Amino acid sequence: MYRYDDFDADYLRARNAEFRDQVARRIDGRLSEDEFKPLRLQNGLYLQLHAYMLRVAIPYGTLSSDQMRVLAEVAERWDRGYGHFTTRQNIQFNWVRLADTPDILDRLAEAGMHAIQTSGNCIRNVTADHFAGAAADEIEDPRPVAELIRQWSTSHPEFLFLPRKFKIAVSGTPADRAVTMAHDIGLRALRGPGGEVGYTVILGGGMGRTPMLGKVVREFVPKPDLLPYLEAILAVYNLHGRRDNKYKARIKILVHETGLEALKGEIEAEFARRKRLFDGPEVVPSAEELARIAAHFAPPVLPVRAEVSAIEARAREVDPAFALWAEVNTHPHRAPGHAIVTVSLKAPGEAPGDATSDQMRALADLADRHSLGELRISHLQNVVLPHVARDDLPALHAALVRHGLATANAGLITDIIACPGLDYCALATARSIPIAQDIARRFAAPEKARAIGAFEIKISGCINACGHHHVGHVGILGLEKAGIESYQITLGGDPGPDAAVGERTGPGLAAKEVGPAMERLVAAYLAHRAGHDERFVDTYRRVGPEPFRSAIYAREAA
Amino acid sequence: MARTHPRIISANDLLIGDVVYLTAAGGWTRDLAAAAVARDDAAAQALLAQAEAQPHLAVGPYLADVALDGPAPRPLHYREVFRTRGPSNRPDLGRQAEGL
Repeated sequence: MYRYDDFDADYLRARNAEFRDQVARRIDGRLSEDEFKPLRLQNGLYLQLHAYMLRVAIPYGTLSSDQMRVLAEVAERWDRGYGHFTTRQNIQFNWVRLADTPDILDRLAEAGMHAIQTSGNCIRNVTADHFAGAAADEIEDPRPVAELIRQWSTSHPEFLFLPRKFKIAVSGTPADRAVTMAHDIGLRALRGPGGEVGYTVILGGGMGRTPMLGKVVREFVPKPDLLPYLEAILAVYNLHGRRDNKYKARIKILVHETGLEALKGEIEAEFARRKRLFDGPEVVPSAEELARIAAHFAPPVLPVRAEVSAIEARAREVDPAFALWAEVNTHPHRAPGHAIVTVSLKAPGEAPGDATSDQMRALADLADRHSLGELRISHLQNVVLPHVARDDLPALHAALVRHGLATANAGLITDIIACPGLDYCALATARSIPIAQDIARRFAAPEKARAIGAFEIKISGCINACGHHHVGHVGILGLEKAGIESYQITLGGDPGPDAAVGERTGPGLAAKEVGPAMERLVAAYLAHRAGHDERFVDTYRRVGPEPFRSAIYAREAA
Repeated sequence: MARTHPRIISANDLLIGDVVYLTAAGGWTRDLAAAAVARDDAAAQALLAQAEAQPHLAVGPYLADVALDGPAPRPLHYREVFRTRGPSNRPDLGRQAEGL
C-alpha cells in the first residue's frame, strides 16, 4: 500500500492549517459564504439538507486497517457513529460541524488521508478496480498508475479550475470492474505487441443528465507516455470545454460536439508538445520515482497453499449459510488457496453503503487477522478483503455474522447501489434509500436472490446519477413529478466491458409501485431466461424490452 | 400568476448546518412553530432580505411554501417536510429523534 512520504505529510499539514484559518475567518465574519463556499468544497465540505457533510477520499479504494480505524474514530467522535461509502470509493460523514472540520482533517492527515479534490471542478478522486492486485484475471495492478495520477493531479495548478469536474477510472483487466466506459477518462490495461503493458484511453464517458459511453481515443498508450497524454487531454478540455453552460461543460459534450477525430488531432498535437516537457530533465517522473511508487504495491508474499481448502470444504458441507456466502461473496485470487472476499454493506433493510464505527473497527481487525491489514472500498458500496486464505473463510464468516456483515448477496439483486438521495442530499429530487430497502426486503431470502442470479439494480435520487442508474441492469431514477416523488425505470444498462446505457421503459412510478414492479419484472425475467446462467441483462438483449416493459406496467389483478 | 401560499424562510445554521427558520423578531429558530410567515410577496421579500443580512448566522436562506392549518406552519413540498424531520430511513437521527 502507498504510504505518504514527508512531502505529502507536510503538504497536508500546511493545507489543513490554511483551511483552519479559512474556517475561523468564516465563523468570525471575515469571509462571506460566497467567498468561503469554494474553499470548503475544495476541502470536501458540503452543506446538505440537514447538516454539513464531509467527503473523504479513499484513493483507488485502497485503505489500511489503521486508516479504517481512523474513519471509525471520526464517525464516533465527530459524527453520529456511522459513515457512508460512496460509488466513487469515498466515505461521507453526514453530521459534522463546521468548527470541527479542521480537527477532523488533521486526524485524517495523521493517517495519510484527506478530503482534497473530492468536490469542485477539478480532477476528482481516482478510482480503480476494487480487486486490484489480487484478481486472477489481471494484466497488471492498476494502482501504481492510479497513484501516479493522484500525485500528478493533486493541486495541479493548471487543472484546479476546469470547466467542470473530471473523473478518471483505471482498470487492470479487460473484465473492467471500474466502469471505465462511464468516466471522463477510463484507462484499461492491455499488453502491447512486445508484451509490454500499456493502457487503452477511453474518453468522454459519463452519466448525469446526458449519459454517454466513452470512446477509445488511443488504443495503446505506453506507460511512460501516460501522464503527458492525460495532460494533453486535460489541456485541450481546459481550453475548449464549455464554461457558459454547466450542463454542457463535461468533456463528454466536447467530444460529442467536436467529434472524436477532430478532438483527437488536437490532443495528439498537444501530446507532442507535452511529451517534450515531460522528457525534460526536471518534470518527468524518473524511473526511480516510478519504481518507488510501484514498490508500495508489490504483490504480497502469501504462503503457498493447496488450491482447494479442506477446511472450507468441510464447512460448506455442514453450514449452508456459510456455503452460500462462500459461493456468492468470494472471487478468484491469483494465489492458489486464497480468495478475494466481498463484505456486503447491503443487508436487506439497511442503507446501502452505510457502516457503523463498530463495523468499521471489526473490519479493520478482520483485515489484520485475515487480509494482511488491507481493505478496499468498491464503487458498489461494499468493503473488500483482498487477500484471504480459503482455510480462514469459515472463521472470517463467523466473525462477520457477529457484526451483521455476512450478507451473502454480492452481485445479486439485493446488492443495490443507492445514492443518499433526498434523505441527505441537497441536490436530490427524490429518495433512493427507502426504495433500495423496499426492493431488498422483497428479495431478502438468500436462496431466492441466489436463484435469480447476477442482477444489478442501481438507484439515483436525481439526474446527476451518483447511483449509476444509467448502467444498472435495472436503473431507477428518482424525480419530482407534480409535487410527488416519481421513479423512472431504465432497463438494459451494463457497467462492464460490454457497457450500455439503459433504455427508459415509460412513465415514472410512484414510490410504492416500484417494489411490486420489480417483483413482476423479475418474474418475467425468470419466465424468459434461457437458463440459470443467463443474466437479466443478457435476456433483455436477446428478447428485447417488451415483456419486461409489460411486466413493469401491469397492474395487480383486482 | 400571483402566489397563493404563505411562505417561511428556511436556511442552515452556519455552525452546525442544522435547519433553521427566521422568526418574526429577525432571529433564527429550530422550532417551525416560531417561524415568521409571509402572506404576500412584499412580506416574503422583506423576510428574505432580513435573512440574507445575517450570513454570519445562517447559510442559503430561501422561501418555502407552507399551509397554515395547524399549530405550526406546514411545509407543502416534500423536500421541506423531510427537512423538518431528518433522514426517513433513520428515525433515530435529526429533528424527528428530538420529538420536534
